[in-house]
Amino acid sequence: MRKRWRDSGFKGWLYLLPAILFLGVFMVYPLIDVFVYSFEEGYNSASQMHFGIGVYNYAYVLHDPYFLQAVRNTFLLVVITVPLSTGIALLISVGLHSIRPLRKLFQTVYFLPYVTNTLAVGLVFMILFKKTAYSDGLINLLITWFGGSSVDFIDGPYWAKMFVLCLYTIWVVMPFKILILTSALASVNEQLYQAARVDGTSAFRIFGRITLPMISPMIFYLIITGFIGAFKAYSDVVALFGTDLNAAEMNTIVGYVYDMLYGDSGGYPSYASAAAILLFAIVLTITCINLLVSKRRVHY
Amino acid sequence: MKVVLQNLTKKFSGRGKKNAGEVTAVNDFTVEIPDGELVGLLGPSGCGKSTALNLISGLLKPTAGRIFFGEDDITDLPPEKRGVGLVFQNYALYPHLTVKQNILFPLQNLKGKNRPSKTAMLEKAAEAAKLVQIDGLMDRKPGELSGGQQQRVAIARALVKMPGVLLLDEPLSNLDARLRLQTREEIRRIQRETGITTIFVTHDQEEAMSISDRIVVMKEGVVQQIGRPQAVYDDPANLFVARFLGTPPINVFAGQCRGGRLYLGQDAVLRVPGIADQEVYVGVRPEGFVLCETGALSCEFGSVEVMGRDISVVSRHSASLNPTVRAIISAENRVDPAGGTVRFSLKPQKVFLFGKDTEERICGEITES
Repeated sequence: MRKRWRDSGFKGWLYLLPAILFLGVFMVYPLIDVFVYSFEEGYNSASQMHFGIGVYNYAYVLHDPYFLQAVRNTFLLVVITVPLSTGIALLISVGLHSIRPLRKLFQTVYFLPYVTNTLAVGLVFMILFKKTAYSDGLINLLITWFGGSSVDFIDGPYWAKMFVLCLYTIWVVMPFKILILTSALASVNEQLYQAARVDGTSAFRIFGRITLPMISPMIFYLIITGFIGAFKAYSDVVALFGTDLNAAEMNTIVGYVYDMLYGDSGGYPSYASAAAILLFAIVLTITCINLLVSKRRVHY
Repeated sequence: MKVVLQNLTKKFSGRGKKNAGEVTAVNDFTVEIPDGELVGLLGPSGCGKSTALNLISGLLKPTAGRIFFGEDDITDLPPEKRGVGLVFQNYALYPHLTVKQNILFPLQNLKGKNRPSKTAMLEKAAEAAKLVQIDGLMDRKPGELSGGQQQRVAIARALVKMPGVLLLDEPLSNLDARLRLQTREEIRRIQRETGITTIFVTHDQEEAMSISDRIVVMKEGVVQQIGRPQAVYDDPANLFVARFLGTPPINVFAGQCRGGRLYLGQDAVLRVPGIADQEVYVGVRPEGFVLCETGALSCEFGSVEVMGRDISVVSRHSASLNPTVRAIISAENRVDPAGGTVRFSLKPQKVFLFGKDTEERICGEITES
């Protein structure tokens, strides 16, 4: 009797119980609930009533210009920032790895944005880029100094705002990537490099044929988490452009969900749920594609 | 290719506050290695043998001294221009490449007119693989190979570009005992077949003795003795070399030369007519003992270990510096420890005298008493 208890892994389940409880209540149940909401048409949270079951919520969301704008913004953000931030982080990490003096100092400097509050960073970016009645902002000062004409990056044209958002996102996500990549680089066996040197391998070839394959698992980890993180962008956008994102044309999918729940146009949990499920589907698809690609490309 | 090291010295500057002093890893190393020889650099851990190898490969720059390959001074050349093949202790195979890609790697680095055509590369790789007998494993990854197979791949990778000098850093230390025996013969065979001057580093004296044309015994960065293995064994330059070579190790006694006789404790074991009276260390090889009822050396009997062909007599002697005296004698002898003592006479050519202070060999005639 006692033996069977042990065999059933009872102890293991016991250890898992706290996590399962909390995940169940705060993750699994809401997930299912969101899914259910997204199909309930005309749901009213005050009366807890709905008129019918169907895909109207999805139809509405997919025809909502604000949602389409949010999807466009999010995709642009993802497509621009993930490759750029990973690439630049790789360059910086390789640089950090190859210098000896002051390496610790530079590592600290590059890691600082990670421990800085995003809202504070957003504020600094705003000061750098914003054009007010009194001043043009530091960046515009530079642009005019070089002979360009000033642009309002915060309330101005769409491309300028997108540029600031991408720059900001890259700057914020970079430290973590640098941290991961420098430790990945440090874990590559030094003797592989020595062997390559004795065999007369060019630095370029060493990087392409040895370094990159050896750290490829970490690069793909960063790309996958980068995609997911960028798809979930919201607080950064708020930090830069304030809470009325639809008006600023800078809304993201998560921002749209939030607005549908609590924003000025809020009070539509069904639409919010439908948008959230759509985001979930997009992220799931992209992650699956990523994993499939990485299986073929990542060594070991 | 002939390899000449001239007064090669490598000092490492100390790091941190605790060990700020300089460390001399290799000190005034001079040796001339003739073309096509297999040379073993031998010494205990930390004696500078790996450093010496890295100096030859170019991965380290010497503090002083010159290195010549043939007639060319290559001291200031970077590793890739020296034309050496290097096999690392843990092989350093590229884990993400197949065996074939690993072997091809050095060839693909070649540029310009030195670069062979694709088919020539594949041919060369196949040839190298065949030489080390891994031609059936070409499409595997290193992780799917045993230690011995990885070792062969590493050698093939080092050989494929036909280096002038092949360097092996502790090539056998990661293999199990049986594989080690087999692989060291392999290395010997490959070296014979290719005729490439080969230098290998080991701390295992048996390994070095068994396959080397010449061994270099090192201690704390200083070369102790260079010579043919048998010559070094039969004629050690100092106590360190005598102790380092030979299994079981040499028996060392505190002895005295007095009036032309050699005393171990109270026992006058041999005649040393030409040697001045002094305190000495006496080294006696285990095979230098002859069981003899009238023998001069009388030891307290301990035990007999049977090894098949030989037996090993373990005993104690008051003048011995080792805890026990180990004598290896033919199994035909019968040990009869009457009253708990065994008596030996000594073979003079297996007995070496070393100065008490210098630990250097004292040369002089030694004869039976």
